[in-house]
Amino acid sequence: MSTQATPALCSQVRRDIVRMVHAVSSGHPGGSLGCVELLVKLYFDVMKIDAENFSMNGKGEDLFFLSNGHISPVWYSVLSRRGFFPTAELATFRKLNSRVQGHPATEEGLPGIRIASGSLGQGLSVGIGAAETKRLLGEDTWVFTLHGDGELQEGQIWEAAMYAAHNKIDNIISFIDCNGQQIDGSTEDVLSLLDLSAKWSAFGWNVLKCDGHSLDDLDRVIKEAKAARGSGVPCVVLMETVMGKGVDFMEGTHKWHGIAPNDAQLADALSQLEETEGDY
Amino acid sequence: MTDSSQFITFNPSESKDTRSGFGAALLELGTSHPEVVALCADLTGSLKMGDFKDAHPDRFFQVGIAEANMISMAAGMTIGGKIPFTGTFANFSTGRVYDQIRQSVAYSEKNVKICASHAGLTLGEDGATHQILEDIGMMKMLPNMTVICPADYEQTRQATLAIADIQGPVYLRFGRPKLPVFYKESAPFEIGKAQKLMDGDDVTIIATGYMVWEAIQAGLILREQGIHADVINMHTIKPLDSKAIVESASRTGLVVTAEEHQRWGGLGGSVAQVLAEHHPTPMRMVAVDDRFGESGTPKQLMEKYGLTADVIVARSLELIAQKK
Repeated sequence: MSTQATPALCSQVRRDIVRMVHAVSSGHPGGSLGCVELLVKLYFDVMKIDAENFSMNGKGEDLFFLSNGHISPVWYSVLSRRGFFPTAELATFRKLNSRVQGHPATEEGLPGIRIASGSLGQGLSVGIGAAETKRLLGEDTWVFTLHGDGELQEGQIWEAAMYAAHNKIDNIISFIDCNGQQIDGSTEDVLSLLDLSAKWSAFGWNVLKCDGHSLDDLDRVIKEAKAARGSGVPCVVLMETVMGKGVDFMEGTHKWHGIAPNDAQLADALSQLEETEGDY
Repeated sequence: MTDSSQFITFNPSESKDTRSGFGAALLELGTSHPEVVALCADLTGSLKMGDFKDAHPDRFFQVGIAEANMISMAAGMTIGGKIPFTGTFANFSTGRVYDQIRQSVAYSEKNVKICASHAGLTLGEDGATHQILEDIGMMKMLPNMTVICPADYEQTRQATLAIADIQGPVYLRFGRPKLPVFYKESAPFEIGKAQKLMDGDDVTIIATGYMVWEAIQAGLILREQGIHADVINMHTIKPLDSKAIVESASRTGLVVTAEEHQRWGGLGGSVAQVLAEHHPTPMRMVAVDDRFGESGTPKQLMEKYGLTADVIVARSLELIAQKK
């Protein structure tokens, strides 16, 4: 079992993702595949966490909030590979009486999940609230959030952005999965985000960029973001990614946003992804 | 149920707004409950949160005119053990942020207390845009949500204190205008337990919020006519005290409900559901009849929309006449 972020581990997580959505013929593989490196990096190298003794309050720990909850497969895979719950439970994804719900939820008590998400645009506010509590508690811990680029079309994101800058929330690092795709097409076609960097800057955030598929570049950008603590400026990372990364026929298109591969497509996908840690 | 005298006085000497009861209790909680924090969306004065803010500036969070952010932030603040109280008008506390409450608070079982002032018609001159009459319905439908609608200043104070000590999401509804302070400071308050304010076997009157005082007046008018009403304050709409409803209805055989809310989806609907399943009983509902409000003084509006003691009396007499 891996104890640090490696390309081999990322390959296994990608296998988990396509196998999970294939098994129930539903779920969101595209965005999940695009955020593998980030989640593996955070959970295996960066975050201070106690996977074996999950607590809702997470005192003294770093917290992660998945705002774009539909990419739950990547989160579930990484959580289980990190030891929050048995990898065998990934086989229950989206099935009746499972803790591994279609979208992340707390009701069934799956370790690692602290709030439900799926209805978009709420996770930045949640993360900021958690960051405020961390400040009140005097912790030197971090709050990480992840959002889709299409999700930035939700107005609440910008309410939260305004709050964080005004209130100098500098214990949060928010990642935007900039894959340029959403369900109905490219973000440019559906509702253009225009200059995201300028938008976040205008809202008072420190804007960093990185290659979302390079563990090394993620390492660099997270270190840079962390170094800005004390500046009183919240930090956003515009993470350049490819939707469907790692499975050639899923790459770079919105068409695999929310559909599952059939048997032949699964076989094709798995042939491109090495089994490194043992399939669940 | 307990004797009425332990709860109220029939000759109150002063009038106060329920929102001030909230503000006073929040200040008390500031001292007694270090985990309590308060969030407000640019209505600190209207919500009477200023005293808490002054006493505990580090625990007060001004979010600006951004209610969605406020509710989701409050949900996030519970992670780590804080108990957030959010404050804005009832309209902006519910309809505007229903999805945030549903996903981040109710479904996620977060310990957030949504405190809503200026509910209903008694908000007055601002008119229908602000006079929400659907909030009880929206909130009572959410699993995990407790819904409380206290009757006066003192009960709002007690309810605000009480919700800090239960785990889980709460919707606390109160209002803008002054009304008689008829609850005694010594009155016991228990979430989910109805309070019988007058005893009688002829008709049951179940009221909530602002309409409780009107229900008491109706009980007094009926008594002058030799009719004895069982007057019940249903301050907690969810979880509903079904036992108290069935107990009273089985004695009187007639039930009138009274609320400052739409008739489809409020207290009356909840009472009717309980009775339909457990003790079918003829009913009348005193509520807003599927329409929006308008500008006017609180008193003018309550008269025009039929939310008065006289209307409760009339509906009670109708039921009694039908029975005979």
